[in-house]
Amino acid sequence: MANFSLKINGKTEQVDVDPTTPMLWVLRDHLQMVGTKFGCGIAQCGACTVHLNDNAVRSCQLPVSAVGEQAITTIEGLSENGDHPVQKAWLEEDVYQCGYCQAGQIMNASAFLKKNPNPTDEEIENAMHGNICRCGTYTRIKKAIKNAANLQNA
Amino acid sequence: MTLIKTSYNRRSFLKSSTLAGGGLLLGFSWLASCNPTPEQVSRMPKEWFNINAFLKIGDNGIVTIASPNPEIGQNVKTSMPMIVADELGVDWNNVIVEQAPLNTDIFQRQIAGGSQSIRASWEGLRMAGATAKHMLIAAAADTWQVPASEITIDAGVITHKGSDKSAGFGEMASKAATIPVPEEVVLKDTKDFSIIGTDKRNVDGPNIVTGKPLFGIDIQEEGMLTAMIVHPPAFGMTYKSMNAESVSSMPGIKEVFPIDVYPDDMEQQWSDGGGIAKLVAIVGESTWQCMMAKKALNVEWENSSTLESTAYHEEALEKLLNTNAKEPARNDGNVAKAFNRAAQIIERTYSAPFLAHNTMEPMNFYADVTAERAILNGPIQTPEFLEKSLASRLNLPVEKIDIKMTRMGGGFGRRLYGTFGVEAAVISQKMQAPVKLVYTREDDMTQGTYRPTYKVKYKAGLDKDGNLIAWHVKGVGSNDDLIFENRFPAGAVDNYKAEKFVLETNVTTGAWRAPRSNFVAGAEQSFMDEVAEAAGKDPIEFRLELFDRAMKDPVGNPEKNDYDPERYAGVLKLVKEKSGWDGSVKNGVARGVSAYYCHNSYVAQVLDLTKDSNPPKVDKVWCAVDCGIVINPMAAKNQIEGGIIDGIGHATYSEMTFMDGIPQQSNFDTYRLIRHKEAPREIESYFVDNGIDPTGLGEPSLPPVVGALANALYKATGQRYYKQPFITQKPVLG
Repeated sequence: MANFSLKINGKTEQVDVDPTTPMLWVLRDHLQMVGTKFGCGIAQCGACTVHLNDNAVRSCQLPVSAVGEQAITTIEGLSENGDHPVQKAWLEEDVYQCGYCQAGQIMNASAFLKKNPNPTDEEIENAMHGNICRCGTYTRIKKAIKNAANLQNA
Repeated sequence: MTLIKTSYNRRSFLKSSTLAGGGLLLGFSWLASCNPTPEQVSRMPKEWFNINAFLKIGDNGIVTIASPNPEIGQNVKTSMPMIVADELGVDWNNVIVEQAPLNTDIFQRQIAGGSQSIRASWEGLRMAGATAKHMLIAAAADTWQVPASEITIDAGVITHKGSDKSAGFGEMASKAATIPVPEEVVLKDTKDFSIIGTDKRNVDGPNIVTGKPLFGIDIQEEGMLTAMIVHPPAFGMTYKSMNAESVSSMPGIKEVFPIDVYPDDMEQQWSDGGGIAKLVAIVGESTWQCMMAKKALNVEWENSSTLESTAYHEEALEKLLNTNAKEPARNDGNVAKAFNRAAQIIERTYSAPFLAHNTMEPMNFYADVTAERAILNGPIQTPEFLEKSLASRLNLPVEKIDIKMTRMGGGFGRRLYGTFGVEAAVISQKMQAPVKLVYTREDDMTQGTYRPTYKVKYKAGLDKDGNLIAWHVKGVGSNDDLIFENRFPAGAVDNYKAEKFVLETNVTTGAWRAPRSNFVAGAEQSFMDEVAEAAGKDPIEFRLELFDRAMKDPVGNPEKNDYDPERYAGVLKLVKEKSGWDGSVKNGVARGVSAYYCHNSYVAQVLDLTKDSNPPKVDKVWCAVDCGIVINPMAAKNQIEGGIIDGIGHATYSEMTFMDGIPQQSNFDTYRLIRHKEAPREIESYFVDNGIDPTGLGEPSLPPVVGALANALYKATGQRYYKQPFITQKPVLG
């Protein structure tokens, strides 16, 4: 066990955990931030996506010991009032069915749009390739990302 | 208007005042278990008045409606309360929705399965709203001393025109709660619906996009431990022994022990199917600690039955199909004679592998069991059956078992089988502490309860004019018999024979979204396409001719046919029109059609593939649906889109295979699910507007799309697709 001081959603959080513990479980079990989801544990489904600095990463493959000073943003901290353009677009399109994968989809999409504010369909498909939606909301997700891009650029 | 007796399920409408002592409303935990938005909190009334089990009205006119059924992503948590709200006459913006707990005394069929939630509860939900409306009107009539018949309700406002009086629900709620429950209520004319038939966004949307705890896996309770299981690595193996010593001392690990989940003396429910009798449990302080212990643990297993491989399953299915059934499931005319005089005979075989459900939220459940009672909470499609199982396994009366339901991260049939709930309860009982059991993805994918593997042989005979004169189908599945003998084209062909076979295997199987239909529809509709081609007819015209026959001169007893040929033909005609079927297909596009009936609903689809991308890519799907009255078109379309993508994905990419009983896929690196770039660019859905009572929608759009895809692939590649996943055949879908 070891002490870690983490910058999460603009706050500093202290945890005492095994250094190999993935950020996914630090968030879920130790900080009670359960918006970041467990899907596969091997970075194949994207449900656990968070931002490390401004990059979308799979928190199930990110040991707490590797985080250091880098800033982590989770779905809980993406916006203060749930009004990030991506969140607004998701609500508008009524994207989700079961909803489980959507935090990961939203985190991946928001990091992507920051880097590419005017994506083509193909760029969206490639950027979102690592996020599985078992309910099959892919067409709505794509539409919502395009709408979010418009909202963001407005 | 429909006058309807409320005696049906009357217990749901009894008021809280008479129930207070009986505690029937216990657990209807208004807002306790959900996450009200700040806006909802600011709008909370000071006082609530319970009108009936489905709804209560606040002193400020806010109405809380209980959604009785489990929510697996089929959106019943929004659409069921919409039905109550419409009959009540409340403004939807003033409605708060709550998930009801399991309570078989007051709610009917609290099951998510068979696409039946709306269909089975349609009348009950309408009555709940209409009963409350009646009581509000009676309260206003008494207050204003005017005849109840002159009072109207619209968007949460009670009005008496004659005396120019009006009041909000909040003003009448207290008195309404004292009004006797009526013996009869008047239901709205369907043309007067104002909420039903309109787009309403998912009530959990704001909580989903902000990552609020909604799912079973999100549960955190005081003193709660985490539990994981280790199950046998192969079907046909069972627990022998283990060396837990080194693992028990790992950090955070509380205990490692074998559990008898299903002892011989337990009275099992059907929902215990696929349950593994003996497992190893690891209990610890955190998930990661349990995962590390799981990795380090050495368990010895021994053979208990045959260790089967995929090659064996494939051979065994084929072998069964080469025999004759003792009794055909249906036998009209004489197929043998008809084949003898047929000008053309077409015979084809189709097959599909086992599939895992792979809900994105792995199986999990929370349990807190003491000697006196059990409290369970989590994702379950069949809470009623879990309760019965637990009563036997824990030796507790059902009244002492409290089951709450969380939103589910997918169901697809997997959570009909609540074995994980029993496991959690047994572990909690042993630990004498609350536990949350969590499966890893590998546990989830290799545990079993799969979609069966299937194989089907079709043989069709055409006369010299291209008329279908004989149809013979033989189908088999692992632990399942596949064929619906009274579905189309039964009743439309003079000589028709259906034979069913079952291959017994120890690889456990269960219902998987649109059971049996999920495979047989695609096979049948691919075959139909080949037969139409052999007959030299347009595939839609060929089907319409058959529906016409089934309408005008049905073969056999028409009562036996479990489809309505007119509604079937209706969706086909609608999709034909919307897709511009008769027009010329664009250059570089290959087009396929399919239609199927299941879960009381009719679906027809046209699918376009882009040929010039290599491999071909699904461009667009047109879908026509007849599911009667559509409650929430926006959400209904979402279900349709999901079913189409699910169907395309599994038929193209997914399979579970076995080597000596060991599943060869255990996570998403080896088990391929459809991803963003493989989904259709666009899906257009259309509904038949016929005012018929609503039927299922969670499943019906999936089965036919496999046929539409196979038929379009043929047009694109010149090659027919007989074996799923299609990706095993080249060229494949991109």
